[in-house]
Amino acid sequence: MPAGKEGLMLEIGGKRVQMAEQPADERRKNFRSVPLGYTVEEAMVEAQRCIQCEYAPCERHCPVRMKLKAIIRKIATGKFRDAFLIAKQDNPIPAIAGLVCPQEDQCEGVCPLACHGQGINIGKLEAFIAQWAMDNNVKEEFHIADKPARVAVIGSGPAGISCAVDLRRYGYGVTVFEALHMAGGVLQYGIPAFRLPKDIVDYEISYLEEIGAEVRLNHIVGQNITFEELRREYDAIFIGTGAGAPQFLGIEGERLKGVYSANEFLIRANLMKAYLFPEYDTPIICGDRVGVIGAGNVAMDVARCAVRLGAGEVFILYRRTRKESPAREEEVQHGLEEGIIFVELVSPVRVLGGDDGWVKAIELQRMRLGEPDKSGRPRPVKIEGSEFTMDLDTVVESLGTQPNRLFLDKLPQLDKTEWGTIKVDDTLRTNLDGIYAGGDAIRGNATVILALGDGRKAARSIHEFIAAKNK
Amino acid sequence: MRKEKLGGDTYRYEIESSLAASRFRPGQFVIIRITEKGERIPLTIAGVDPQKGTVTLIVQALGKSTKDLAETNEGDAIEDCVGPLGNPSEIAKYGRVVCIGGGTGIACIFPIIEALADAGNEVISIIGARTGSLLFLEDEIGSLSKEIYVTTDDGSRGQRGFVTDALCTVLKRYDSGGIQRVMAIGPPLMMKAVADATRPYAVKTVVSLNTIMVDGTGMCGACRVYVDGEMKFACIDGPEFDAHKVNFEDLISRLTMFEKKEKIACTQCRQERKD
Repeated sequence: MPAGKEGLMLEIGGKRVQMAEQPADERRKNFRSVPLGYTVEEAMVEAQRCIQCEYAPCERHCPVRMKLKAIIRKIATGKFRDAFLIAKQDNPIPAIAGLVCPQEDQCEGVCPLACHGQGINIGKLEAFIAQWAMDNNVKEEFHIADKPARVAVIGSGPAGISCAVDLRRYGYGVTVFEALHMAGGVLQYGIPAFRLPKDIVDYEISYLEEIGAEVRLNHIVGQNITFEELRREYDAIFIGTGAGAPQFLGIEGERLKGVYSANEFLIRANLMKAYLFPEYDTPIICGDRVGVIGAGNVAMDVARCAVRLGAGEVFILYRRTRKESPAREEEVQHGLEEGIIFVELVSPVRVLGGDDGWVKAIELQRMRLGEPDKSGRPRPVKIEGSEFTMDLDTVVESLGTQPNRLFLDKLPQLDKTEWGTIKVDDTLRTNLDGIYAGGDAIRGNATVILALGDGRKAARSIHEFIAAKNK
Repeated sequence: MRKEKLGGDTYRYEIESSLAASRFRPGQFVIIRITEKGERIPLTIAGVDPQKGTVTLIVQALGKSTKDLAETNEGDAIEDCVGPLGNPSEIAKYGRVVCIGGGTGIACIFPIIEALADAGNEVISIIGARTGSLLFLEDEIGSLSKEIYVTTDDGSRGQRGFVTDALCTVLKRYDSGGIQRVMAIGPPLMMKAVADATRPYAVKTVVSLNTIMVDGTGMCGACRVYVDGEMKFACIDGPEFDAHKVNFEDLISRLTMFEKKEKIACTQCRQERKD
């Protein structure tokens, strides 16, 4: 057995310690967190399985290069405070990343133990130390040497939060502009509470304010405050406006009542807490038979919300097969346990409605898998004459989102890509001097952790930009 | 917040929101949330006082939220007020313009009448309501207009009938070419009737659509409307659209999507208040 650097005999191999979860039958009825958290013992046992390999591929596959080896070593020896503080050095919101990162494609996927299906449960360990820090009121303390320069951060989602935290560390005055009445962006309006409890989001936002960043809610840059005003008042700007505009298929019948974009469904359910109607005022109407078009992570979130809102049957309507689904395996598994049904190899033709203007059914066409396309996945090919209808009373279109027009249309001078995302160079600088961008605003539909990484990188670039200007 | 009863269940509110007040242009709206658990409701701005930093809203207590609003007291605060949202009305010197306000739409059209008169247009105003006690701003609008027509469904004030009856008289009098623009704000059925009335005269007609909205920033698509067959979002593409191109059937149908839930919310809250 190899000896750990701190003289501890590390337990290698062994079985991955699964985190306890709310049983599927129970969680179908509530929006509470599915994972229940590690106990101290479980976390230590799991961390002790780490072989502390020399090359630490987990760290290299982490978009923000967290010092995972050291963090796991600290957890293994019960030094949770140290573990948390090391995590915070590279990731301003480990609590959130631990819960929503696609670890299987990153750190956990390349763990040497993963080849036996027993890779270290790094995400859950990260969530554990963050929760432990929250419970024990342990916070990262750093001395901020305030500088006179001020930076505006547009958007309070993951990219904006991480950029704002780092800018404060450098000592800049930071104002975060948020369009909605709550800060957090997609963490607040998009990701459901059963996957990311909202007290964690609130905690991270309050931390941001504690370290001196000002968060201005209900400020919509490009609408009730202009970009030019920000340029005049601030030394630099970070754009972290995400990709919040829904896409519709453009098929017949999507104007019917009972048809939602995934965004509308999730905003009602999450941000406006429609699942607590009528205690909360915002309604949502979720029928008995719900069809979700698309099979990504957002589609899984919609389907699992629909289950919790009381739907009898929830169908994922997907033009490929489950195997090609871009959703995380964990989300798909959780969804299946909760009873969602995959209808594979179908493509919507039109939505059918009754005289009352409500959805009655959807017409679908069967597909088969053809040659691989650019993404490497087999291209779905229509089977002519295979149309059939399926009775539904709610249809949710989850086709991915695009950068929000409200903001970008008013900035024609900002260079964009052919996909409508903001064009940036390696330092995340846009074509405009002093204006940087990151997260889904430059990537389209990507992940929380990539947005976090962008926020940090942009903060560093902004720091260099301001330093050079002041020379 | 200041509050004043205008008649029936319609109230005028003056809400502090310096950002919305200082940046408002006619035709724009705000989204307010009355309590922490409240829904986001879009309301067209009836006027602002940039000095005081207040926006004026004229709201009829119809649903749960508007009834909650009606139960607030002078001096109370609401949870939040964000705006101005949406695109401002297109204001230019068109010539002779007919402005129509129905119900609380009278309040919404008022700042537009002001701006159009300021821009040198000859404004003919038509305002209407169910009954005389629900009419307001008659004098203010009258003083800005070359002519003003008042209609009520029950004939208790002005001409008995609908705003479209008065509109037909005006259209006949000036005929095609005599009117450069018609602008209408009111219940969807009224706006549809206005569109139908002006269509034969080929007068450019603009309506302001108050659809169901959630975020009001282009994120949810709840407010989607079909204009010339194309999907538009009332929040960021509108709220004003060419009336002759709007699909009113879909608009009216979609407005009733949450009707049943609204009723539950109303009954429940009334029940609670009794308890």
